[in-house]
Amino acid sequence: MTEAIATQRSLLSRVMIAVFAVLTIGGIIVALASWSYGRAAARQAYDRLLVGAAQDIAESINVIDGAPLADLPVSAFALLGLASNDRITYAVRGPSGNLLTGHNTARIPEGRHRPGSDTFFYDERMQGEPARFVAVVRRFAERNFSGNVSVIVGQTLQARNAMAFDLASRAMTAAAFAGVALILIAFLVVRSAMRPLGRIADELSARDPYDLTPMETNVPAEVGVMLVALNRFMLRLERQVDSMRHLISDTAHQLRTPVAAIRAQAELALEQEPPERQAQRLQHLLRRTRSLGDLLDQILSRALVIHRTDNAPPVPVDLRDIALAVVEERDHELIAPGIEVELVIGPDPVVVMADEISLGEAAKNLLVNAMRHGKPPIRIGVSLDGITASLWVEDAGTGPSSDVLSRLGKRFERSVVSGGTGLGLSIAQSVAEAFAGRLHFDRTSRGFCAAIELPVSGESAT
Amino acid sequence: MIRNLLRILVAVLATQAPVTAQEAVELVPAAAGEAATALVVRSTTDYLILRPALQAFVAKNPMVSVIYEQWGSNALYANSLSACKGEVAQADAVFSSAIHQMVDLVNRACASPYRSDLTAALAPSRIWRDELWGVTHEAAVIIYNTSLVPESEVPRTRFALLDLMRQRGQTYQDKIATYDIEASGLGYLFAFADSLEATTFGALLEGFARSRAIATCCSAEIIKRVATGRYLIAYNVLGSYVDAIASENIGVIKPEDYTLFLSRAYMIPRGARNPAASADLLDFLLSSEGQSVLAKSKLVDLEDSEATGLPISARRDIRIEPTLLVAGDQHRRLRLIGQWRSTFKK
Repeated sequence: MTEAIATQRSLLSRVMIAVFAVLTIGGIIVALASWSYGRAAARQAYDRLLVGAAQDIAESINVIDGAPLADLPVSAFALLGLASNDRITYAVRGPSGNLLTGHNTARIPEGRHRPGSDTFFYDERMQGEPARFVAVVRRFAERNFSGNVSVIVGQTLQARNAMAFDLASRAMTAAAFAGVALILIAFLVVRSAMRPLGRIADELSARDPYDLTPMETNVPAEVGVMLVALNRFMLRLERQVDSMRHLISDTAHQLRTPVAAIRAQAELALEQEPPERQAQRLQHLLRRTRSLGDLLDQILSRALVIHRTDNAPPVPVDLRDIALAVVEERDHELIAPGIEVELVIGPDPVVVMADEISLGEAAKNLLVNAMRHGKPPIRIGVSLDGITASLWVEDAGTGPSSDVLSRLGKRFERSVVSGGTGLGLSIAQSVAEAFAGRLHFDRTSRGFCAAIELPVSGESAT
Repeated sequence: MIRNLLRILVAVLATQAPVTAQEAVELVPAAAGEAATALVVRSTTDYLILRPALQAFVAKNPMVSVIYEQWGSNALYANSLSACKGEVAQADAVFSSAIHQMVDLVNRACASPYRSDLTAALAPSRIWRDELWGVTHEAAVIIYNTSLVPESEVPRTRFALLDLMRQRGQTYQDKIATYDIEASGLGYLFAFADSLEATTFGALLEGFARSRAIATCCSAEIIKRVATGRYLIAYNVLGSYVDAIASENIGVIKPEDYTLFLSRAYMIPRGARNPAASADLLDFLLSSEGQSVLAKSKLVDLEDSEATGLPISARRDIRIEPTLLVAGDQHRRLRLIGQWRSTFKK
C-alpha cells in the first residue's frame, strides 16, 4: 500500500519538475522578450515627444536682422516635461555649428549627420547619464540669411526606463499568474490522472488471494493498457492454477484404479498356490505396472504441455521437423515393436507459430494412440492446405468410438481398460487450441486420421 | 567667541575672494555651544525674515550651527554654477526665489537627490526630480501708498492698473515701480511668468512706458519708497517682504485677474559637505512646525481664497518644472529684455 503511494508521488513530482523546468525556461524567455518589447515601446513613445519638441523649437526660429532668433516655446518644454523627472538639454546651432542659444554641451557627434536626413536620433551621455538626443535641421533661404539651423534636444532616460520596466513587469506579472495557474492545473491533472492507479492498487490489495477474476477496465486508455495486461496475466494465472488443480485431481483419480488393480493382482499372486498360476499373476502384475508407467508418462507430458503453452512464447516451427523428430525418436518401438511408421513430408517447409516441445508431445501422443489402438500401416505426415497446416497421424483402423470422441476434452475420459486414448487426444487438443488451431478427426479411405490443424505462419505461405 | 571667529573668517573670505557677491554672512550658533556640523546655506532671502525658522531648526538640532550667506539671485546662480564645476566651495544648501535658475542648476546635474515622507507629500508643482523642493508659498502683489492713492483708484486687477496708467497718467507719472528684471532674477521670473499670460503683459509694458515707470532693484527699497510716497504703486512685489517690513500706510493687493504664487526652491548641491544636515533642514522647513514658523514670517501665505476674496481660478503657481528652462534661454531672455529695455528706455 505505502509502496503504491510512493510510486504515485514520484510520478507526480517528475511531472511537476518537468513543468517547473518548462516554466522557468519559458519565464526567462518571456522576461527577456517583454523587457525588449517594453524598451522598444518606451523608446518609440518618448522619441516622438523628443522630435515633437525639437520641431516645435525649429518652428519658432525666425530670421530677424539677418540672424536666426529662436522664440523658445514653452509648449516644447511642456512636451518634454511629460517625462517629468528627466533632465533636458537643447541647443540651436547655426550653419557652422555655432551655438545660437541653449546649452553648449548639446552638439551633434562627428559623422552622425547624414546628408538628406533632416531628423535623426542618437544616444549620447548627458552629464554622465545616458541620454537620447534628436537633431532636427531646418533650412533657411532668406534674402539676408541662408543655411541650415539645427535644433538638438536631448533627454535622460528615466521615464523611458520606468515605462519599459512598467510594461515588462506587467507582462511578467501576467506571465507569472499564468505560470502559477499552469502549475496548479498540471498538479491537479496529474493527480487525477494518477487516481485510477491508486484505485487499482487498493482494489488489488483488498482482493481475496484466490480471486483472479478480471478487473473493471472502465479507466483512462493509458491505464487501461496496463489493466488489460494485468487481467490477461491473471487469466493465465487462473488457467494455470486451474490446470494444476485438475492435473492433481485427475492424476489422483487416474492412479487410483491402476494402483488398486496392481494391489489386487499382487494379493492374488500371493494366494495362488501353483507356481505356474503365480507366474501368470506376476505377468499380469508386470503389464499393469507398465501400463501405470505409460499413464504417468502421459500425465507428465500433459503437465509439460500445460506449462509450455501458457509460458513459452510461440516461435516459428517447421511441422516437418516435428514429424521427423517423432519418428526418429523411435519411442513407439517400445510400445509396439515391429510396426513400421511411414513418414509423409514434402520438400517445402510448413511453418506455424507454436512451441516445438508442446507440438512434439502432441504428435507423440497421436502416434502412440494410433499404434496402441489403431491398425498398421501407420503413417505420420505434414500437409498444407491453403492457410491451414496440419500434422497428422493415420492408421488403417476405424478410430475410437464416436462416444469417446464426443467426450474428448473432458476430464476422466480414460477408462482403465481402454488404456489412455482420451488423455493423449486431450493433450493434442490442448496444444492445438493453445496455438489457435484445432484437433480434427477424419475417417478416410485408408482408415482413421487425427490431425492437428494450425494456421500457417507467413514464412511458409510464400 | 564663535561669532568673533566668524567675523575674522568673513574678513579673510572677503579679502581672499573679492569676486564673491554675497551681501551678508550671519551665524546661527549651535544650541549645544560647540557645533559638530556647520551648515552653509546660500540664500536670496533676507536673513531677518528667515532667522526665526533657522533658530527653531538649530534649537531642534543642538549639534548644528548654520552659516547663512545672503546673495543676490543672479550672483547666487553664478556662484552655484561655478561650485557645480568645482571652481569654488560648495554650499550645503541653496535656497533661492529665482526658481528658474534653480531648475537650470538641477537640469545641469548640480543637485543631489533626497526623499522623505515630507518631500513625497509635496504637490507636484513644488517638487522636481527629488532634487528641488518648493518650501514657501508667496504671492506676487501690487502695493500702494494708502494715504496717497484714493480708495477709488486702488487697482484691484491689472486692467485697473492699466486704466489708471492711461487715464491718470499725469498723477502717476514717474510714480510706479517694479523690479529691474536685468538685475533681479526674481523680477525676471515674474516678468517671464507674466509674459506667458501674453495679452495683459504687452499692454502692461506699454502702460509702464507711457507712465514712465521705474525699474529698480531690491524689494526692501521699493517697499520703503512706497511707504514714504516716493512711489505710489509698485507692481509684482513679493508679499512676504511687504508684510515683514510692515509699514502703516501700505496697501497690498492680490490682483483678481490672476495672482502669481512663488515657492522658493531649496536644493542640496551635489558634493555638499553636510548633505544629511542639509536634508534635516529641508525636512524641518517642510514640517508643520517649520511651515508655521515660516507662516509667521509671512513666507507661507496661509490665507485661503475665502479670506482674501481671491478665487482659486485666479491663482497661478509658478510650477517648479522643466518648462522654466525656457526662462533661462538666451534668445528668449534677449527678446524679453529687449522688450523691457525699449519700455524703460535705459
